[in-house]
Amino acid sequence: MSEAAVVPTGTDEGAFLLDVRDLVVHYPVRRDLTSALRREPHQRISAVDGVSFSLRHGEMLALIGESGCGKTSTAQAILRMIDVTAGTIEVAGRDITHLTSQQLRPIRRTMQMVYQDPYESLDPRFRVRRAVEEPLLIHGMAGSSDQREAKIVEALERVELSPADLYIDRYPHELSGGQRQRVAIAASLVLEPRLLLADEPVSMLDVSVRAGILSLLDRIRRESDMGIVMITHDVSTAAHFADRIAVMYLGRIVEEGPARQVVNDPQHPYTKALMSVVPKRDPRDRTEPQILHGETPNPIDVPRGCRFHPRCPVAEERCKETDPQLHVPTGAANDAHRAACLLV
Amino acid sequence: MSLLEAHDLNVWFDLPHEGTLHAVQGVSFGVDAGERLGLVGESGCGKTTALLALMGLLPPNAQVSGRVTVNGEDILAGGEDAMRSHRWTDVAMVFQGAMNALNPVKTVGSQIVEPMRFHDTADGDAAQRQAGELLELVGLPASAAKRFPHEFSGGMRQRAAIAMALACSPKVLLADEPTTALDVMVQAQILDLLESLTRDLGLALILVTHDLPLVTQVCERAVVMYAGRIAEFGSVDTLFHDPRHPYTRLLFEATPDLSGLEEVVSIPGSPPRLDRPTVGCPFAPRCDRVFEPCAAHLPALVSVAERHRAACHLNDEAYARPPRPTETPA
Repeated sequence: MSEAAVVPTGTDEGAFLLDVRDLVVHYPVRRDLTSALRREPHQRISAVDGVSFSLRHGEMLALIGESGCGKTSTAQAILRMIDVTAGTIEVAGRDITHLTSQQLRPIRRTMQMVYQDPYESLDPRFRVRRAVEEPLLIHGMAGSSDQREAKIVEALERVELSPADLYIDRYPHELSGGQRQRVAIAASLVLEPRLLLADEPVSMLDVSVRAGILSLLDRIRRESDMGIVMITHDVSTAAHFADRIAVMYLGRIVEEGPARQVVNDPQHPYTKALMSVVPKRDPRDRTEPQILHGETPNPIDVPRGCRFHPRCPVAEERCKETDPQLHVPTGAANDAHRAACLLV
Repeated sequence: MSLLEAHDLNVWFDLPHEGTLHAVQGVSFGVDAGERLGLVGESGCGKTTALLALMGLLPPNAQVSGRVTVNGEDILAGGEDAMRSHRWTDVAMVFQGAMNALNPVKTVGSQIVEPMRFHDTADGDAAQRQAGELLELVGLPASAAKRFPHEFSGGMRQRAAIAMALACSPKVLLADEPTTALDVMVQAQILDLLESLTRDLGLALILVTHDLPLVTQVCERAVVMYAGRIAEFGSVDTLFHDPRHPYTRLLFEATPDLSGLEEVVSIPGSPPRLDRPTVGCPFAPRCDRVFEPCAAHLPALVSVAERHRAACHLNDEAYARPPRPTETPA
């Protein structure tokens, strides 16, 4: 499957829960009338441009990067919410890249998404009971109403909305932001998924409650051996909760490895700059930020060679020509750490 | 005397049906020229309201009491007419979400020139030239004056909003979550710009944010607000290494750090409602070191060290200090 070392996970579904190979997602750009009349070629946005990674059972991987780097498109492609242009997505050893929506249905249950904004992801007209019950009904896991009620109560208790009686008849507006996000997570967990994709799960919440939601996700994946892909722009959160970090830039993973290694010993010049500008809690930890100028280029017009070279502080002539692939850098502590840079 | 001082600032909002909400409750602080002061706290703690009070930009259902002085002159005393001559010339503000602060149907240049005309600081060609210079000061080309906000990226818009705020050479710049919607690299660029403005122009900066690490990296001192009041006020170094209010310590403990080494713990419960009078310490229901006096007595903000104030009974010698808890209640 991959050259990475296979660690026994105690499950019989193969080594990887999720295996993404060379994923490409292109979006067509709408042409305006004049360019259509001139028969100019269709332009495409390369949102995801050859992304490969894998996730084990019970593991948390953080996909980090700036807006427009393709992290959300990657998650949407995995869930088959958007069309995959090329590449393969395997979930528990089964290739789901080209399954029809009919074939996907039973698999969808095992892959759930937690969205950024619990104020929008919950229907304001539904009480908590209905919000958590709905996925069971949709996936035909309803059973008798007693069984259903038991499942709902169990899911609420798992997300620490306990005793469940206190919350089950409330409407979203009667809950705090943190409690709403817990209900949204309960609505995913009730289907007993194997894989959870969490897109900025705490960025809309107050600082004082974020840690609780993240610790909850952390505990759940350890208890139930569920894999989590967390999408975040918050590097500190990724450093704290993820086992591994993948850094994306302009549709590619430019560095990937164990979280501590990527944070403390970054190899790619982009990751180095990114780590240097993350504000630290301790004022005595102030480091000289290495500020990159300009902004991420437009994904319609990806630079030739290394896509980072126009902003790279150490780029050489060859970086304009050769597109670097992920490899184990010479300076890396072990081969679990990879970077896509010609100079390392 | 500091450049800008707020003395016993109070803000009440009349609620639509009945009652009032006491959003800012007796807040006093000062900021010097060239200084960067942080104002931090959870949403609803009154930090943005306090900032809007300094600008005289509160909605009509708000009532304000207290004094706000710039170089000793009270800018709130004369009502809206007097405030108008200070707004943008003495105190200027960069609002949260640059997209909403800029007018989408006007060029960036005309929006920078507008306050100059209003305050008669420059006109005609001189104003246009100044607009170009301001844009270059914030790291945009002077030609950006002819462009519309939608042609800019988020970071460029925030730069344009800063140029607009600087149009009448203010002494104090108020920035409300200026980088919240931006990526971390763009955030670093904007913070670098704000730092250089305080250093090079001697501008005083008040940075409002919920992001504690941002404040400890950018500011020298910070005000920690809770439930409309100041919980603690001191240098960012003492706030992190020697906090004298449990809220400050817990807020740091709830914030993940890049080192990823220490456990991150959220603060249980939520802030009190401010439309009812608070009895005792407003933080007591969430505090891990609550003891006898907290339920009944509101702690005063007192000096605990030089240039370090905190509002917590633990600092009061009159009360026996309780032992530190061995574990945080869930």
